[in-house]
Amino acid sequence: MRGAKSAKWVAGAAVIALAATACGGNDKDSDSGMNSGKADPNGILTAQLGEPQNPLQPANAKESQGSRVLRTVFSGLVDYEPGTGKLEYINAESVTPNADSSVWTVKLKPGWKFHDGTTVTSKSFVDSWNWSANVKNNQTNSSWFQDIKGYDDVHPAKGKPKADKMSGLKIVDDNTFTITLTGSVSYFAYKLGYDVWAPLPESFFKDPAAAGQKPIGNGPYKFVSWDHKKLIKVRKFDGYQGPNKAKNGGIDFKNYTTADAAYSDLRSNNLDWIEQIPTTSLTSYKQDLGDRAIDAEYSAVQSIVPAFYTDQFKDIDPKVVQGLSMAIDRDTITKTVLHGTRTPADSYVARGVIGYKPGALGDIVKYDPAKAKKLIQEGGGVPGNKISIQFNADQSHKPWVDAVCNSIRKATGVECTGDSKPDFQADLNARDNKQVKSMYRGGWVLDYPVNSNFMRDLYGTTAAGNTSGYSNKEFDELAAKADKAKTLDETVKMYQEAEQLLKNDMPAIPLWFYKNNSGQSTNVFGKIVYGQDGDPIFTDVQVKAKK
Amino acid sequence: MGRYVARRLLQMIPVFIGTTLIIFLMVHILPGDPIRAMWGDKAADPAQVASLRHEFGLDQPLWKQYVDYMANLFQGDFGKTFGGREVIDEMSESFPVTLRLTAVAMIIEIIVGIGLGAWAGLRAGKAADTGVLIFTLIVISIPVFVLGFLARFVLADQLGWVAPNVQDSTDYAQLFLPGFVLAMLSMAYVARLTRTTFAENLRADYMRTAMAKGLPRRRIVGVHLLRNSLIPVVTFLGTDIGGFIGGAVVTEGIFNVQGVGNLLFKALQQREGSTIVGVVTVFVLVILVINLLVDLLYAVLDPRIRYA
Repeated sequence: MRGAKSAKWVAGAAVIALAATACGGNDKDSDSGMNSGKADPNGILTAQLGEPQNPLQPANAKESQGSRVLRTVFSGLVDYEPGTGKLEYINAESVTPNADSSVWTVKLKPGWKFHDGTTVTSKSFVDSWNWSANVKNNQTNSSWFQDIKGYDDVHPAKGKPKADKMSGLKIVDDNTFTITLTGSVSYFAYKLGYDVWAPLPESFFKDPAAAGQKPIGNGPYKFVSWDHKKLIKVRKFDGYQGPNKAKNGGIDFKNYTTADAAYSDLRSNNLDWIEQIPTTSLTSYKQDLGDRAIDAEYSAVQSIVPAFYTDQFKDIDPKVVQGLSMAIDRDTITKTVLHGTRTPADSYVARGVIGYKPGALGDIVKYDPAKAKKLIQEGGGVPGNKISIQFNADQSHKPWVDAVCNSIRKATGVECTGDSKPDFQADLNARDNKQVKSMYRGGWVLDYPVNSNFMRDLYGTTAAGNTSGYSNKEFDELAAKADKAKTLDETVKMYQEAEQLLKNDMPAIPLWFYKNNSGQSTNVFGKIVYGQDGDPIFTDVQVKAKK
Repeated sequence: MGRYVARRLLQMIPVFIGTTLIIFLMVHILPGDPIRAMWGDKAADPAQVASLRHEFGLDQPLWKQYVDYMANLFQGDFGKTFGGREVIDEMSESFPVTLRLTAVAMIIEIIVGIGLGAWAGLRAGKAADTGVLIFTLIVISIPVFVLGFLARFVLADQLGWVAPNVQDSTDYAQLFLPGFVLAMLSMAYVARLTRTTFAENLRADYMRTAMAKGLPRRRIVGVHLLRNSLIPVVTFLGTDIGGFIGGAVVTEGIFNVQGVGNLLFKALQQREGSTIVGVVTVFVLVILVINLLVDLLYAVLDPRIRYA
């Protein structure tokens, strides 16, 4: 009873607060000009960061907090150009495949140094990958190395590793090494942009645990200190040779207990960048911040996925799922319930990813109640005429799940309810154990900007991300063929064909693409630019010189 | 006295084992696998999940996990977080922060609460008394959450008098606002309690005697009345320390204090058993010890109370 009461109070207070800020907003700061004044190349930026869950080892950062820091301290072989997603060489001079893309030769730019002064060589990469892939080192991202020949020896499905080196990695000389894959992957170079592929210095292997507390990398910033749950400091590395040199003096990553607390500090200029505008301020933040409000799309998609192992969806006619998709009024829901924090999805592949095709799904994602009803009827109707959407209640999914259900119910008369699980762990548990009753909420943020990542890794029969039990031989064959294609262009094209195949099959109903709704303080010079993964490109952020 | 203390200390052992067992069971009964959850929406790597579960002993039967946990605990080892840090390190960083916050709240509560109560109690039935009554009623009826939110909104966001968040948890000046918010509710209770006992004791025999003896008023009120009236107040203050540490979860969240409330909240979200059990274990110990101290304080305040 008490809980319910205080929740009401909070809501009341929030409304008052919103009303007050709406009136008081836009009076100062907002138009003061982000581009006036001068940038200070040594200015320190303060940014919000939650406590990283794992030690700061490159292959151990599964969540965004740890990897946000790691990406400043380590530089990989390649990175992606913001906006286009094109490959950009960082520590690598070249990464070239053989004729069938199964053996890759990496050449390093010579003379790169780690922050402790030791040289970055082929060995730094090979040793790092062998260590990270080894099952006994408990790196949460070790499965990223599974394309490499010999991965099964260091990371068997059961029991102890048979070897501590992958046979597919060969050092040619100090600045050259080769990677032999178990099969052909035409876009393997794109995968190399992920955190796990970072090189590690000699000193790491002597005490990996200590190195996880005080990482030594080869990146644009060197690590200074980690005051747990409070502050992580990184500072510009003067000896950095990469193209993405830091345009500021360093970053103080500050920990906040709540999004509201961080937003308050942003508005009073005690913090220069926040992760996300708190839900309570979404409707007013653009007024509050003016030019300093950030509203940018990134490559992630949210969908609802039928559980194909249930009686309901086992032998479903795809027309029914198409009908359900057309019964969802994405435009209205993203505008009202989600306050414009998402944009309606028109494809399985998120925008900004190579191979994204505008309108790939055509009418299937357009709201059309009459057609929706017709399609469902043609497909033989929804078994039981009732669906539910499973979601986790510890994040704010309920409002949109209710809205989607409402839309489906109104348009087609199919009964729809939210199936709430108390938290993310419980939600995942039900998905893994194939206990989802009808449909579940799915989401996918890009790993690398090629369309295969949004299809093969989600809808392939044996794909790691496939938890719905969807399986289509034709799609699997096409994906395998696409992976073996000679050039990336061919691969991308074949996956675009595969997307049309999925369109007829409907393994999931894409809902919308994610956006960053954030803000920056008046200390920042110019607007903060974002990468495709939804994180700012910190090296490019400039801090205003103090007057 | 010594025997009483010894008996009380011995009683703590079953209470301690019982509470830790209950918390331990509650954490493990929750659905979902925290190790699996590290992978989020993406599929987990079964070999790595098995390896991690083994490392944290989660593949053992529950009773064995508890026995191992307790055995380690008696050696001062609270276990490790999933991130590989010692739980004891996490606690030794956050407990001092919360203790500081609690101390600030306690001082505010004692000074303002008892002061206000005494002031009203000595003027029972007059306008001042009614004023305090209304004020405390208002405070009691507003949840801490709302109070904190409003205080931050008005004082920091609108007026700009203070920074909205605590930037440095070791700075007592910055802890004043969250401490005040945390103290508010209990302060009202202390004021009401003090006011009632004051008003009651004013009519007590010993007061009349003291007055008849011609003692100065300051001594009557300051020593005789205050000391006797403080007994129920001290009990309340004692139990309140435990409440403060618990209530800090909300206040710490609002004002960004990186204390134990925050630690517990995050640990619950990540289903980090060793941290949850560890923090609660310390809570239990603190509350047990404080209760003992409160009981012993009675004897100091009222010499008639003697423990065998």
